[in-house]
Amino acid sequence: MAPYLLRRLISLSLTLVAASLVIFLMIEVVPGDPASYMLGLNAAPDTVAALREQLGLTGTPVERYLAWIAGMLGGDFGISYTYRVPVSELVAERLWVSLPLALYALALSTLIAFPVGIIAAARRNSAADVTIMGVTQIGIAVPNFWFAMLLVLLFSTILRWFSAGGFPGWEAGFIPAMKALTLPAIALALPQASILARVMRSSLLDTLGEDFMRTARAKGLSRRQALWRHALRNALIPVLTILGLQFSFLLAGAIIIENVFFLPGLGRLVFQGIIQRDLIVVKSVIVLLVIAVVAVTFLVDLAYAAADPRLRRRNP
Amino acid sequence: MIPTIRKLLVATALAAFAAGPAFAAKTDVTLGVRLEPPGLDPTAGAAAAIDEVVYANIFEGLTRIGPDGSVAPALAGSWEISDDGLTYTFKLHSGVKFHDGTTFDAEDVKFSLDRARADDSTNAQKALFEPIDKVEVVDPTTVKITLKRPTGGFLFNMGWGDAVIVAPESAANNATDPVGTGPFKFSKWNKGDSIEIVKNPDYWGEPAKLDKATFKIIADPSAAFAAMMAGDVDGFPIFPAPENLPQFEADPRFSVVVGSTEGETILAMNNKKPPLDNVLVRRAITHAIDRQAIIDGAMFGYGTPIGTHFAPHNPAYLDLTEMSAYDPDQAKALLKEAGHENGFKLSLKLPPPTYARRGGEIIAAQLREVGIEAEISNLEWAQWLEQVFKGKDYDLTIVSHTEPMDIGIYGRDDYYFQYADKDFKAIMAKLDETTDEAERTKLMQDAQRKIAEDAVNVYLFQLAKTGVWNAKLKGLWANAPVQANDLTKVYWED
Repeated sequence: MAPYLLRRLISLSLTLVAASLVIFLMIEVVPGDPASYMLGLNAAPDTVAALREQLGLTGTPVERYLAWIAGMLGGDFGISYTYRVPVSELVAERLWVSLPLALYALALSTLIAFPVGIIAAARRNSAADVTIMGVTQIGIAVPNFWFAMLLVLLFSTILRWFSAGGFPGWEAGFIPAMKALTLPAIALALPQASILARVMRSSLLDTLGEDFMRTARAKGLSRRQALWRHALRNALIPVLTILGLQFSFLLAGAIIIENVFFLPGLGRLVFQGIIQRDLIVVKSVIVLLVIAVVAVTFLVDLAYAAADPRLRRRNP
Repeated sequence: MIPTIRKLLVATALAAFAAGPAFAAKTDVTLGVRLEPPGLDPTAGAAAAIDEVVYANIFEGLTRIGPDGSVAPALAGSWEISDDGLTYTFKLHSGVKFHDGTTFDAEDVKFSLDRARADDSTNAQKALFEPIDKVEVVDPTTVKITLKRPTGGFLFNMGWGDAVIVAPESAANNATDPVGTGPFKFSKWNKGDSIEIVKNPDYWGEPAKLDKATFKIIADPSAAFAAMMAGDVDGFPIFPAPENLPQFEADPRFSVVVGSTEGETILAMNNKKPPLDNVLVRRAITHAIDRQAIIDGAMFGYGTPIGTHFAPHNPAYLDLTEMSAYDPDQAKALLKEAGHENGFKLSLKLPPPTYARRGGEIIAAQLREVGIEAEISNLEWAQWLEQVFKGKDYDLTIVSHTEPMDIGIYGRDDYYFQYADKDFKAIMAKLDETTDEAERTKLMQDAQRKIAEDAVNVYLFQLAKTGVWNAKLKGLWANAPVQANDLTKVYWED
């Protein structure tokens, strides 16, 4: 187990170093100057120069890259050009929206996808299976922002059960905050659940066709017992991979849903940062997201090892 | 039987709908704004979103600009101007306190103005303070400002959001924790979601009628529509999607208020770049453009055609649209006279707002009619500032100039449309030296006529302010002479 994990850790840290370089270079070549953006059409050139100086935009790229990395290693992600507060503070605030939203959506999609996928696989080619396959096909095809708008139309504008968007903050209480996240989480969960259910089904079907399943049945286990005791666990590896990818996507990629529901999440922070050329926010958030993806990948690797004993025992 | 039940159901539903929340005792308001301000310090950034929250609510200047664009007293109760127009003596209100409890006096005025015009100042409108020679404290309630030369618009300039008075104790933190003298105090800012201000109980002047106001940041037009319909917000002083306005107009719960802004929307031309350095070519382009078609097609009919760079609601405005009336034949004739009867290619660089992107398509089609091929490229704001505004690497662009009374930009040497005309600068210099109102009006009209004759740019239309709010909400501004949401007079009608 240990060598396997060590190898994974080394390759993941190399990924981080490479990512930070790529991110820095990309941000360097983006046209547009944050200082002139902030000062608008009437500003004099010397005012812009004064602001550039204040924002620390002077110096060679190598100096700035090293300063940035050194700061991050010390936990200092810099000060946002536009908001003038530490980036870490901004990210922490946004994370309190994005992380619960991602977990909420992931929980919903898992709760829907697992039973649905198992039923579809267990009753292959039945009416239930065909219906599930059809519905999940639609679930994948429907763009989630459009589905979100339909949810708003029904539950906010017509029924008025939920507000059309916004986030009251956790200090408003657990229930109001969760309520504000419910429609966005449903909108995010539907396509994810559809994908997950289909992966679950096909992975289970593959496993059900394996030799060891025939052996299990031959030992006298019923179809159901064999499915629960042997097939499910073996079918989990591809499902875990998809879950890990989905979590990373939900954390960073909810930007359109955040816009539809005007939620103050991470995606919108990055988007706004790009528009306003608040590049220090952009690069720091992207690095944090890379770290998150890497961490999730590592957790998924751990989960593989738990689900598949062969990975634990194999020695290089 | 069944119809009766249905009627009953409908009646119940309607009653529940009409009863809704009771507004009688409501003293708070939630307004939607499109853009989140980058910070809340109006002296350190050009973003309109800053003034939309803080102007007149949190911060006040010596003077202020009223809903009709006129100058009114604010922290200065009165003033005297010397006969030569060089010395302004402001008499300040006494008993004024900043929100942190510190006292406001003449020292704060001196500090604020000196800070704004200092060498390392990052004030986006530093030019407003350039005429100031020195600021002297006479006594705690009297400030004497001496100018380098007479500046007719000085009182108006001191009413801008960029000229508000801040305290030395708190100035550095105003971006995140604004401390002003206004009738509202900053309460909290949920970044990305909302900004809350509350009534200042110790306000020196007439107190605000509202106890609390929340600005909710909703950028997406369809989300804005849903938020209005769901009752999440009480109004949008500027509603982002004009195409939805008829729906609100048909609904008795809402008032739709269409006013004007200071936003002269122009098709700017690079006056130094051939063939646009030829006045005949520029005139030809002005005649090739059908303004009304752009207003209808890009702005759903909201907007006032203009013929020069001046706001139509200003008393000194001249309607010069006839000088550049839509006339493709004349445009072709002018192009022929300039030696370009076979046409040419121009770049048309468009920033993100709808007026530019939608308007650009229409303009390109209209130019094609007279033989000019406009190549459209869509830019982000930051790119636009870099390429067009700073780099002057463009032929045509569309942009709305939203600063109040900004015809003076035509006198700037290095401004992006590169006009820099001696005669125009002479008019502006004279305007600066003139304090007599009638004379000033005449000079402003000369300036308007001059830039229309030289066809510096194509003046398209004045951007409309399309507001939607709850029909019971009163006192919001219909027009936007400054980019502000002044809530000092806002209240709920019973």
